[in-house]
Amino acid sequence: MEEGRSEVAGVDDLAKALEHTPGGGVILTSIDAIADWARGYSLWMMPMGTACCAMELIAASFSKFDFDRHGSIPRPDPRHTDVMVVAGTITHKMAPAVKRLWAQMPDPKWCIAMGNCAISGGIFYYDTYSVVRGVDEFLPVDIYIAGCPPRPESLQDAILRLREKVRAESISPSRVRAVEGVLPLPGDPLRGESAAASEGSDV
Amino acid sequence: MDIVELREHLCGQYPDLCPLFSIEFGDGVLLVGSDRLHAAARDLKDLGFDRLGMVTAVDFGEEFELVYRLQSREMRAGIFVKTRVPREEPRIDSVNDLWAAANWQEREVYDMFGIVFDGHPDLRRILLTDDWVGYPLRKDYENPTIIRRPDYL
Repeated sequence: MEEGRSEVAGVDDLAKALEHTPGGGVILTSIDAIADWARGYSLWMMPMGTACCAMELIAASFSKFDFDRHGSIPRPDPRHTDVMVVAGTITHKMAPAVKRLWAQMPDPKWCIAMGNCAISGGIFYYDTYSVVRGVDEFLPVDIYIAGCPPRPESLQDAILRLREKVRAESISPSRVRAVEGVLPLPGDPLRGESAAASEGSDV
Repeated sequence: MDIVELREHLCGQYPDLCPLFSIEFGDGVLLVGSDRLHAAARDLKDLGFDRLGMVTAVDFGEEFELVYRLQSREMRAGIFVKTRVPREEPRIDSVNDLWAAANWQEREVYDMFGIVFDGHPDLRRILLTDDWVGYPLRKDYENPTIIRRPDYL
């Protein structure tokens, strides 16, 4: 396998690893690697679409952009999903519902803030009494996508970056591996110091 | 009844309306007192205005102006009915018994302006949360969470 990257990267890599294994029928890997591989390639989406960004989110699922090929399919039930895509303006009245849906999603779960409204309130930042200024006021956002609304390509980029982030995580919360391209988040006890400490070492 | 007859009828019934009614556009404005609003609405419904398009309000400081948009599919005509209520005690009779469409529309006006509709079956906030304080579309609405847009933007 590739040096410094012990986890299985995809089906192709899996096939390659299979051929290099004596006997061919056994693969030795870590539970983290196989769990992250499974998680990263089946990021089912909770489409929290409340405004025009939802149109781009819907377009992403259909044939032209076809997010099924990334393993990301929208599910109407939060209990089936791994990543909540907040696509649109969240009002103070909607926020408890979003929070509740987030609580209904099983761990591990991630959150993508899609579009300016979900990042900061967007055009509703000023002179507005009813809009929450960014979903990060009440949700732990992993990826932000700028745009008003962003193109589906941006969402695709976010899914791919989120996959990198998922692969940096461990099923054990105390073991966090550093993966190239993912910066440790300051202020996050799970990903801050321990990620920096284990950088370069293959945990 | 066609639109010419409608105009003659309305001019006889409401003399103030006559100069404001346009046959070309099938459109008119009727200004009535708040105590006569329900009677006028019933009258207009009997004339064939079978659709209530919208209900909204305008804040004019001392008083609120209520705006009702009525439409007639048969005559292809529309009419605005306007009335004013004082700011100190904003009350008006509900037209929910004439057009069921008034239910949510009047709730929204209540939500945004605090105008009370007498006889409304379910008068509570529709868009904002139930514990909201104040009426946001009033000109004097204040909310500490609002961030004002700076001059340079």
